[in-house]
Amino acid sequence: MSTGYIHSIQSLGTVDGPGVRFVVFVQGCPLRCSCCHNPDTWAVQEGTVHTPTEIVEKAKRYRDYFGDKGGITLSGGEPLLQPAFARDVFALCHQAGIHTCLDTSGCILNAEVKALLAETDRVLLDWKYTDEALYRTHVGCSMEAVRAFLTYLNEQQIPVTLRQVIIPTINDTAENVQRLQDVAQQHPCVDKMELLPFRKLCQSKYDTLGIPFPFGHLPEPSKHTMDTLSAILKTAL
Amino acid sequence: MQSNHWAGFVAGTWQDEINVRDFIQTNYTEYTGDHRFLAGATERTSKLMDKVQALFAQERKNGGVLDIDTDTVSSLTSYAPGYIDKENELIVGMQTDSPLKRGVNPFGGIRMARQACEAYGYKLSDKVEQEFRFRTTHNDGVFRAYTDEMRKARKCHVITGLPDAYGRGRIIGDYRRVALYGIDYLIEQKQNDKRKLAENTCDRDTIRLAEELFQQIRFLGFMKEMAAMYGYDISQPAANAREAIQWTYFAYLAAIKEQNGAAMSLGRVSSFFDIYIQRDLANGTLTEQGAQELMDDFVIKLRIARHLRTPEYNELFGGDPMWITEVIGGMGNDGRTLVTKNSYRMLNTLYTLGCSSEPNLTILWSRSLPENFKRFCAKVSADTDSIQYENDDIMRPLHGDDYAIACCVSAMEIGKQMQFFGARCNLAKLLLIAINGGYDTTSGMHIGPQMPVMTDETLDFDAVMQRYSIYITWLSKLYVNTMNVIHYMHDKYAYEKTQMALHDTTVERLMAFGVAGFSVVADSLSAIKHAQVHPIKDSDGYIVDFDTQGTFPRYGNDDDRVDFIARDIAHQVITELRKTPTYRDAIHTLSVLTITSNVMYGKHTGATPDGREAGTPFAPGANPMHNREENGALASLNSVAKIRYEDCRDGISNTFSITPEALGKTEEQRIDNLVSILDGYFAKKAHHINVNVLNRETLIKAYENPDAYPNLTIRVSGYAVNFNKLSREQQREVISRTFHESI
Repeated sequence: MSTGYIHSIQSLGTVDGPGVRFVVFVQGCPLRCSCCHNPDTWAVQEGTVHTPTEIVEKAKRYRDYFGDKGGITLSGGEPLLQPAFARDVFALCHQAGIHTCLDTSGCILNAEVKALLAETDRVLLDWKYTDEALYRTHVGCSMEAVRAFLTYLNEQQIPVTLRQVIIPTINDTAENVQRLQDVAQQHPCVDKMELLPFRKLCQSKYDTLGIPFPFGHLPEPSKHTMDTLSAILKTAL
Repeated sequence: MQSNHWAGFVAGTWQDEINVRDFIQTNYTEYTGDHRFLAGATERTSKLMDKVQALFAQERKNGGVLDIDTDTVSSLTSYAPGYIDKENELIVGMQTDSPLKRGVNPFGGIRMARQACEAYGYKLSDKVEQEFRFRTTHNDGVFRAYTDEMRKARKCHVITGLPDAYGRGRIIGDYRRVALYGIDYLIEQKQNDKRKLAENTCDRDTIRLAEELFQQIRFLGFMKEMAAMYGYDISQPAANAREAIQWTYFAYLAAIKEQNGAAMSLGRVSSFFDIYIQRDLANGTLTEQGAQELMDDFVIKLRIARHLRTPEYNELFGGDPMWITEVIGGMGNDGRTLVTKNSYRMLNTLYTLGCSSEPNLTILWSRSLPENFKRFCAKVSADTDSIQYENDDIMRPLHGDDYAIACCVSAMEIGKQMQFFGARCNLAKLLLIAINGGYDTTSGMHIGPQMPVMTDETLDFDAVMQRYSIYITWLSKLYVNTMNVIHYMHDKYAYEKTQMALHDTTVERLMAFGVAGFSVVADSLSAIKHAQVHPIKDSDGYIVDFDTQGTFPRYGNDDDRVDFIARDIAHQVITELRKTPTYRDAIHTLSVLTITSNVMYGKHTGATPDGREAGTPFAPGANPMHNREENGALASLNSVAKIRYEDCRDGISNTFSITPEALGKTEEQRIDNLVSILDGYFAKKAHHINVNVLNRETLIKAYENPDAYPNLTIRVSGYAVNFNKLSREQQREVISRTFHESI
């Protein structure tokens, strides 16, 4: 069976998927987003090594808390970098009747990832920017991969929560949110949208790693901005 | 008996004998709807509450005590009637002749009463000093009988906080009996019981009981006199909701006038009152608004209840608490919920009157509670931080469906069980004493079995456990014997006749022992087992510190390797305690609960192998040590849930603080998630949880600027406190605790 590199485990997750969730942060990510909150999860082949059984046995200890909405969430890092492991975790969860949620950037779509998606009950898709140029500048690649990923999710009718981090001066505009809305409307699999405020608590992680925080100079968005932009979503969906 | 005040009630065995439970079961109306029927505060209520708030502000300004009557010994009829605003009060009765004025109660110990007066700039009057000059107090009695070893254990703080100088409390009178039956019937029943004693051999137990019954009957009479001073005749059953609440309150008031016990809990009155309220609503003599007003007025009275305490006492029981614990909810044995509309009204007082530390509202949580009620409780928690939760599904099988909680977490069947309260022993200190072969490095005293200091370069787990077991056995016997002395003397010199008059004559007694330093011991033993712990000795050859190398599993991370050490220690302690017989054949019980004494216990304990520095606070109750959790909140809850309730029948306290953001994004989600967390935790057979939904920053702001947060209420070990009433040290400890934050 596969093994996975794990960064950390959060036994009480309430913001990454529906209900109370056991959140596993995997280690390793191919992207280098300027706004990244978890730069300590970038390096591959680090972290602690676990088998899917170990992870799911841990998760089962929390099933009493899941109620009828909660379950497990794989986050990271980028779970798509360890698709076989992620698939095995989700398959075991399904055998145990635990709801599975994948928190991803959607940057990879291959046969192994498709096998993983077949065991995924919900995808939290981080649609980082609605603009190809911004995407290239602040993520470091084209949007083609994530577009293809969402198209596939739509075909497979896997429920999607479309998410975006709102960063002042970069994407905190009504036009941007409207474009995000358009993406959602073109893909009926998207049944939920969330705007997340850019946060700078992670500055200390960058300091520890001795690398610059590319967006460290930007402010956090105000509550007013978040409320205004979120209101656009509510009226549109 | 028969009474026309019972018109409209369903008949039952409750009419032939004192049986409040049967009355409730045959007459109550369960409620599974939501909170939208609730009424807000009336103008009258708000005005009355404004007056009370002004008194609270004055009390704070005066350094925590508004006034003391130093001339009068507190008893049922020793003060003239007192009022907040006589014309506008629906429920009347006050401890002294004026709100927040404290009475003196020297029956537990005259020294404590004297010191308490002096601490607030008063002097106990010569009159009272004179009265008690030739009178033996509970405190006098205990110290006459204490052995040298008991005194030493007390002095070096390995057993601390014992009720040997103050009232023991933790007894819940069935105050509802006065409302349901009236005083005359209760006296009649007690007289019958006393007469029946004549059939017994006149041995020690019978003679003692005969005298106790005499006292009970006498004080039931005083209760009637006390009510008469306020213009009420409580000889007969209450005729309506207002009277039911008034009669019950008089009974509680009588108890707190007579006794200044550490915890003077209320019991389980809300759904009992609901029966009377339903009857009045049905016959058109009461409105929903009126029902809420009655509950509001009752709760205002509870909020102004006070006892006079010393600063040393506040170290143990910070925040000036009374533990007027009222349990709400739970399930009946027949599967119906005991939630009624009045359960909601009681919780609603936190909105109509604002949040508060008293009464100590305690939800008896069951998986089977109505969803609407669960969600309302979660909302109240998130809004007020004023309520706690205890597991009805594990207590009901032991105590039936008419039990209540004394103090924080002590379950007892109302009117049928009582408790001998026993504070706690310091398990972390005991570990250090054991390693040092019977020497306490903080006090410099030799105590317990004497043997060589452990000589290993690296402590060996099995050797330490073998040594520790010897000392647990020694301390357990000493602890039970000490408690036997205390409770013999309390019965003799400060017997709770008012409260015991509201119990069956034959009661079951529980003797409640406790442990402190629980998580410190678990982590220390884990360090010895899984890492390398090198003792560091002082120039006299005693171990005073530890150099711990390597990593070890820490309690609070759902790791069985250490959690089972914690679980097994609790089991070992109660098993050892059970080997020594108790006074009056009480059942041995154990709690993992520290109130706020975790700070004081830590102060008197040297450095421990888990890396805790000498003199620093322990975690409260059964909580994991601060900031040692690595896997989040639920892992921490799972660790605590492994401690068995069968071993700790006096309760396992856990305080859980979480930021609103970590609980969910919207109010709806936060409510949903809190309900899921509570369902999950209690499904794991956990016993108790305090829930605080707040940010550390709020506490820091309140610490720096107390006047801006006069009513900030938080849950600590098994009760709620006004944050401003904690000592600075206790406040800092609360701030340093783990707050579960979103990631």
